[in-house]
Amino acid sequence: MAARKTILLDSVYWRGAISIVVFLALWEIGSLSKIWIKWETFEWLRNLLVAFGIKPIYLPWIGAVPAPTEVVAVWAGVLGDPGYWQSWYMSFFRVMAGFFAAMLIGIPFGLLLAVSRPAFGMGFPVFEMLRPIPPLAWVPASILFWPTQEMSIAFVTFLGAFFTIVINVVGGARSIDVRYFQAARSMGSSQSDIFWRIILPGTLPSIVVGSAVGMGITWEVVVAAEMISGGGSQIGGTSGGGLGFFIWNSYVGGSYEQIVVGMISIGIAGFISSELLRTLGKRVTPWLRLR
Amino acid sequence: MSGETIEVHGRKRGGNVQGINLTAYRLLQWIKSPRPYLMLIGFALFLGFWYLSVEVWKLPRFREMPGITEVIKEWLNPNPTYGLSLYTEEYYQHIGVSVWRVAQAFFLATVLGVPFGLFLGWSKKFKEYVFPVFETLRPIPILAWVPLAIVMFIATESAVIYLTFLASFFATSLNTMLGVESIDESYVRAANCLGASKSQVFRHVIVPGALPFIFTGLQISIGVSWFSLVAAEMVSGQYGLGYVINTSYTMVRYPTIVIGMITLGAVGYVTSAMVRLAGDYLMQWRTRELALGGQ
Amino acid sequence: MMAAAAVAAAPPQTRATRGAIVIDDVVKIYDPDGAAVMAVDHCSLDIQAGEICMIVGPSGCGKTTLLNAIAGFHEITSGRILLDGKVLCSSEKPKADPGSDRIVVFQNGALFPWKTNLDNVAFGPLMQGQLNKSDALEKARGMMADAGLAGVEHNFPGEVSSGMRRRVEIVRALMNEPKVLLLDEPYRALDSLTKSVMHEALLEIYYKNRVTIFFITHDLEEAIFLGHKVAIMTTRPCKPKKILEVDIPHPRDYSVLTSKRFRELMEETNDAVHEEALKAFAAGEKEG
Repeated sequence: MAARKTILLDSVYWRGAISIVVFLALWEIGSLSKIWIKWETFEWLRNLLVAFGIKPIYLPWIGAVPAPTEVVAVWAGVLGDPGYWQSWYMSFFRVMAGFFAAMLIGIPFGLLLAVSRPAFGMGFPVFEMLRPIPPLAWVPASILFWPTQEMSIAFVTFLGAFFTIVINVVGGARSIDVRYFQAARSMGSSQSDIFWRIILPGTLPSIVVGSAVGMGITWEVVVAAEMISGGGSQIGGTSGGGLGFFIWNSYVGGSYEQIVVGMISIGIAGFISSELLRTLGKRVTPWLRLR
Repeated sequence: MSGETIEVHGRKRGGNVQGINLTAYRLLQWIKSPRPYLMLIGFALFLGFWYLSVEVWKLPRFREMPGITEVIKEWLNPNPTYGLSLYTEEYYQHIGVSVWRVAQAFFLATVLGVPFGLFLGWSKKFKEYVFPVFETLRPIPILAWVPLAIVMFIATESAVIYLTFLASFFATSLNTMLGVESIDESYVRAANCLGASKSQVFRHVIVPGALPFIFTGLQISIGVSWFSLVAAEMVSGQYGLGYVINTSYTMVRYPTIVIGMITLGAVGYVTSAMVRLAGDYLMQWRTRELALGGQ
Repeated sequence: MMAAAAVAAAPPQTRATRGAIVIDDVVKIYDPDGAAVMAVDHCSLDIQAGEICMIVGPSGCGKTTLLNAIAGFHEITSGRILLDGKVLCSSEKPKADPGSDRIVVFQNGALFPWKTNLDNVAFGPLMQGQLNKSDALEKARGMMADAGLAGVEHNFPGEVSSGMRRRVEIVRALMNEPKVLLLDEPYRALDSLTKSVMHEALLEIYYKNRVTIFFITHDLEEAIFLGHKVAIMTTRPCKPKKILEVDIPHPRDYSVLTSKRFRELMEETNDAVHEEALKAFAAGEKEG
């Protein structure tokens, strides 16, 4: 189709590509300020920094960050390290496990709250009271409670996604147009019919949205938990702890380039899981396909 | 034909329904419903379970956990064993530090994020250039930035605020952008018909039209701020509620952990409610419309 | 309400001298994903200044496209549209510039929900700098009172009924003394009781202001009741199938609906409308 081919040459993609290149270029220049700021031509910049009370060793903030070229070089090296890939696996595993556990418990719980008024009256206020507590604040309590460190991380991960999913389920179920219920009842549906054929499908779009947000939160929590609790079984170097631990370890070990490698890796991993979720979501809600 | 009037709680109002009266009315309705009593039952069940599992039945899993009576006694103790209670000055210092950090980060993120988001939604060109970079950086979890932030900012205070700012900024600008994009085209077209210039459309249609989304974004943003702040404080900080929770754990002061958690929850809720109320006030038209709809 | 006074049957050309629209052989082809869809097919229509022209057709047939072309929201592929002899859009300039000489009243209403009714009405002249704030508000108050809307100035649109909102929107448009009012099924969402009230209200406003009215509807009764001219459009692609000159004298009131002449006109045109409606139904057209 001729129309499709021209999309690749579309200005939209070019503009995006240009800005990414510009971003990388600025980053590179900024990081290399350690070198060029010493040149004669930038005397004025050095004086300006001093006037602000900043030591003119490099550009503030960006100067301390390793350059993209340096990061890529280190990354090439890390790709060969099995420990790196094991970190990927561990983090992914934790995210998926925590996330699906949250769905498994959260969706029924949310539906219960939405369907039964007494359950909602009793459960929702307690839920809302616990929700503002950031998941990471649960880490110490979680460590106290669960026997292994792995389980405590899993619990906190679960919590992070759980609250978002439940809120979205409840919101979604409540926003189902009341006329669907009325239509079903007038056609003689039983209570269970109404549940399985109206409430469940009607809530699905909200569940899908909730899971997208929940996935993001899950990644945040997993990374944080890995960094805080030392990543579980530490079998030396870069292995075993997950990507969060990888980053922390890189920091402690003084390899700043690896920090950035870890960050980008997590970004990519997060993107992959979101995309997976989105395709799954589209499969499950075919009627939402835009006309 | 005279204009219509609205009946609220038996009194006619021709358009100046006060915010407070509406709240009072809704409060009265709430008390009359079964809701507050169910709520109490729910809390009773939850707290009861906590009490029983730790202190009465002494379930194996719960052995190390601080019991609810222990926590409450500590919290209300003028002379607390572990140093933190409603009576100690230190308690409020930690709260103050955390709140101040969130305030700074949130303020900065709003001041930068809202215009940025408005522009992203308003100018297609700008979005095409900038959004890809934005979307590439956004999925990186805030905490993955911690080591880099420490490297960049050396002073841990700035690093903590930077991290909180980052999380808040992403949430605010994204939601603002979505807000602008969600504005019904008809409003812009109507304004064009009526002779408004581009900047007038921006001021009179885009900004007010996006406000509901912006405020939803701000509520999300403040929740995210607290999330990041706590994490950042746990990893590198010297005061603040996150720090309290972490050190309470390492120093084996378990009841204080729970005190910290509860305080966090309460403060987080209050700040979020403040944002919501600000939104309700700025968007009078919406609150009134929703009120008439019986919500 | 208005008494049925005997007034000349011919459309009031002598009273209004502005707002004549000429739609000249207009074609509009959409191109979604490479499949060319013709929305408007060599449509030509002459609308006289100060005339109420009703456009009737089944849903999704392209009538809104015509309206959007006149208003300047969409481009045309070929042909021309003229307003008082001046070219609005043509093949060289496919998109007209939106302006306050042709103001649209939207299907779902486009009163700004965040401004009070009064601020909405005063919006046009204020934005264009024609009046300062106090003068604009003064004029707005006056016009609203004229239209029977005194008392809701300080309400928000969300607080009043949809019928009232429509009227406020029309007053907002009229504040700018437009040549043409473009109405896109404005009463579609109203119940028929409110509708009949709105019709009479619209006619009242029209008798005071004599703008050209370009009114899209799917309701044939509404069309014949209100219009000087009724253009029945074919289903997509859109083209005038039959043009009816309604010779019932203005000013009209609801007694017209049961008059013999009205029924005769309905009989003449009902078949044409029904035929197109069946075609659209068979084609499964989604409402535009």
